[in-house]
Amino acid sequence: MRPLPALAVAGFRRWSAYRMATVAGALTNSVFGLLRAAITVAAVGAAGGVIAGYSAREVATYSWLTQALMTVMVLGIWDELAVRVRTGDIAVDLARPVDLQLSWLAADLGRAAFVLLPRGLPPLAVGALTTGLALAPSAWSYLLGALSVLLGVVISFAIRFAVNLSAFWLMDVRGALTLHMVVSGVLSGFIVPVAWFPPWLGTLASATPFPSMLQTPVDVLSGRVTGAAAAQVVALQALWAVATLGVGRLVLARATRRLVVQGG
Amino acid sequence: MADLPPAWAPYTALLGSRLHAQTAYRAGFVMDLFANVGIGLLEFVEIYVILTHTSTLGAMSASGALLVFALANIGFSLADLAVGHVDNLPTYLRAGTLDTFLLRPLPALAQLVTSDVALKRLGRTGVALIVLAVATPTAVAHWTPAKVVLLALTPVTGAAIFSALFVMAAAMQFWLVDGGELANSFTYGGSYAASYPASVLHLPLRVLFTFVVPAAFTAYLPALLLVEQPGPAGLPSWLGWLTPLVAVLAWGIALLVWRAGMRRYTGAGG
Repeated sequence: MRPLPALAVAGFRRWSAYRMATVAGALTNSVFGLLRAAITVAAVGAAGGVIAGYSAREVATYSWLTQALMTVMVLGIWDELAVRVRTGDIAVDLARPVDLQLSWLAADLGRAAFVLLPRGLPPLAVGALTTGLALAPSAWSYLLGALSVLLGVVISFAIRFAVNLSAFWLMDVRGALTLHMVVSGVLSGFIVPVAWFPPWLGTLASATPFPSMLQTPVDVLSGRVTGAAAAQVVALQALWAVATLGVGRLVLARATRRLVVQGG
Repeated sequence: MADLPPAWAPYTALLGSRLHAQTAYRAGFVMDLFANVGIGLLEFVEIYVILTHTSTLGAMSASGALLVFALANIGFSLADLAVGHVDNLPTYLRAGTLDTFLLRPLPALAQLVTSDVALKRLGRTGVALIVLAVATPTAVAHWTPAKVVLLALTPVTGAAIFSALFVMAAAMQFWLVDGGELANSFTYGGSYAASYPASVLHLPLRVLFTFVVPAAFTAYLPALLLVEQPGPAGLPSWLGWLTPLVAVLAWGIALLVWRAGMRRYTGAGG
């Protein structure tokens, strides 16, 4: 198991090399957080003070937490693996004596560990200073929240991994990647809280792993779910993490059966 | 003396080649177009869900808020179509593409702008046009000739303002290099801020996204005039008539910043 921790450390160090990009990104997250908080707070105000259990302060907290976690969960487009499939470099990866999925997962966890604080704390600090934050009151919620964030990253990675592997079948994966970005952006609760969804969209979301990727960590950290209920949603996350990783392995198995490597 | 080809001939040739290239792979283009419809819907979901819970937003009626959303998205998607690729300037800097532009006897910015045109962005424009068609009849009660002109002009001025923001953001890359994401605060952040009534923002943010980043001019201020509503503190609705002027001003500043950036730029040679 030695190579996996090494890959995680490499993932961390690779991302920490771009300091300016990190500062710029944190500022951008904060600006978007200010806009999102203003818009959602105005919506709650116009609706009479509460929407689906969210007060103004709570929905502002939701806005800040989602901004803080969006880079960790990679809600934009991620195509590193797809590029390696298209260029054929994936053949080199497959020849390595480490599991392909787990080695990419290790590197992604390293990446997430690096971006968590520099990209997460500035928006939360701006939020605390401007709108105030309604965070969970007990230490237990933060411990469980940390586990929940970790599981969220695993789910996010597992889905991105599977979507990227579509490059084995598609000439051009941009469409698939954009579709994934749109679906995960909405269903994960990144655009608006899942509790705000109209019933049909809520039902659709709850049948997918996406709410477990972002909404659940945000709910646990903000104390929206506590105690046994919190343990339950985190357990559901763990199930989704196993399921999505499993689907990724199935896709990978089919893909490698298709793959023809020439030369040597 | 023989007739010289017109000054714009190189640009039409460049653009023509880009248009041709995009339509060469039909299936890929259709997929990209659909993906952009998806992005348009992604933008729409937030305001749609919010309006299922409240019938007003930022002192505007639901149809008024949708009008703001539609105008901002039409303007932004058209700007993204025409000049959105200047976002890739850091890649061009790294790959030396910009140096190639500098070797040709044409202005680098004009070449950069005409080096691509992303027709796929029309997918997002389409979503916004549908929202506009649905919202306008309810939002605008009395039509006057001036309002017709304003409604027709707003997507154009909006696109001009967002294009200027894209160019300014690109020019900032000459200084920021790795800090490309900061520029997103102005372009994508501006587009996001523009999609909602600026009255939802607190005064400092409202001033920032009106007078520093002129996002409110692309949709909210013209929309106030269309629905005949006074603006919030700091933003009287008559400002909406100044939109064409603001678009010209934004381009003037963008060109100055671009020129300063180009002066600062030194190629890596090779």
